[in-house]
Amino acid sequence: MRAAVIIFPGSNCDRDLLSALSLAGHKTFSIWHKETELPKNIDLIAIPGGFSFGDYLRCGAIAAKSPIFKEVIRHIDRGGYALGICNGFQILTEAGILPGILQQNIGTKFISKVIDLRVNNTSSTFTHNYSSNGIISIPIAHHEGNYFASKDDLKKLHDKNCIAFEYIDNPNGASDNIAGILSENHRVLGMMPHPERHTEKAHGCQDGYPFFEGLLAAS
Amino acid sequence: MKAKVTVMLKEGVLDPQGEAVKHALNSLKYSKVESVRQGKVLEIGLDETSRERANKNVQEMCEKLLANTVIESYEIEII
Repeated sequence: MRAAVIIFPGSNCDRDLLSALSLAGHKTFSIWHKETELPKNIDLIAIPGGFSFGDYLRCGAIAAKSPIFKEVIRHIDRGGYALGICNGFQILTEAGILPGILQQNIGTKFISKVIDLRVNNTSSTFTHNYSSNGIISIPIAHHEGNYFASKDDLKKLHDKNCIAFEYIDNPNGASDNIAGILSENHRVLGMMPHPERHTEKAHGCQDGYPFFEGLLAAS
Repeated sequence: MKAKVTVMLKEGVLDPQGEAVKHALNSLKYSKVESVRQGKVLEIGLDETSRERANKNVQEMCEKLLANTVIESYEIEII
C-alpha cells in the first residue's frame, strides 16, 4: 500500500507508525498538516498518536480542522482506507468520520500499560490476519480513551459488525468495552491501543505485526 | 463586541473531573456538596456591531469547533 502518515504539531507516534508500515512492506510518506494535497494514488491515510495541538479545546478537535483534513475527508468519501491510532482515533471522531467521542478515562488517570484485546471483527482489511475472537496483547497509553456514543450509534456499530477490538479488562470505562471501531464500509478504523508498538522482535511482542501485514492484501 | 461561550457536558454524560472535584470538596468537609460539573468558558472578541449577527456567527463556531455536541451543550452570551 501507499500510505500517508499525517503529522501535526504534538504528534509523537508518527515515526513508530512509519516504521511499522515500512516493516510490513508498505511505501510510506510523511505529510505535514499544513499541506493541501496528498501524494498521488495514496491507498491509506494513517493518523498517529500523540497530543496534536497540545490537546487544546478537546483532544483531536483542532487537528480535525487542519488544512490537510479536507483531502483526508475527500479520500475517505472516495472509499479510501484510513487508520487512526490513539490521538488519530480522537481526530477521526472529532472530524465526524467515526461516530462517538473519546472522553477522559473513568479513573481520571493517564494509563500506560499492555492490555489484552479481543479481535471482534476479522473480516476487515485491517483485521483479517487475526483469528476470530483471538486475544492479542497491545499497549495503550492515553488519558482520553473512554469511548462514548449514543445508544443508536452503539446499536449500529454492533449491527454492522463495526466493533473491531474489545478490551478484555476495560481499563478506561469505554462503552461496551470498545477499543476500536470501523466505519460502516469497514475501510476506516479508529483504535485507542497502539499496534505499532508491538511489531518488531525487539518490542518483546509482535501481536501488532499481522495488523500492518494484513493491509498488504488491499494493495 | 464580546461573546462569552459556556460549554458544559450534557446531562447524563459522566464527568470524571467534576466527580473528582466533588470528592475533594467533600473531603474538605463541605458535606453539602452533592454534585459538581466542570465545563469551560471562552471569551471571544468580535469585530462586529450587530448582536444578532454576532450571535449567529458564534453559534456556527460552537457547532463547528467549540463544542462537540455528541456530549456537550453550549450557551452564548453577547456582552
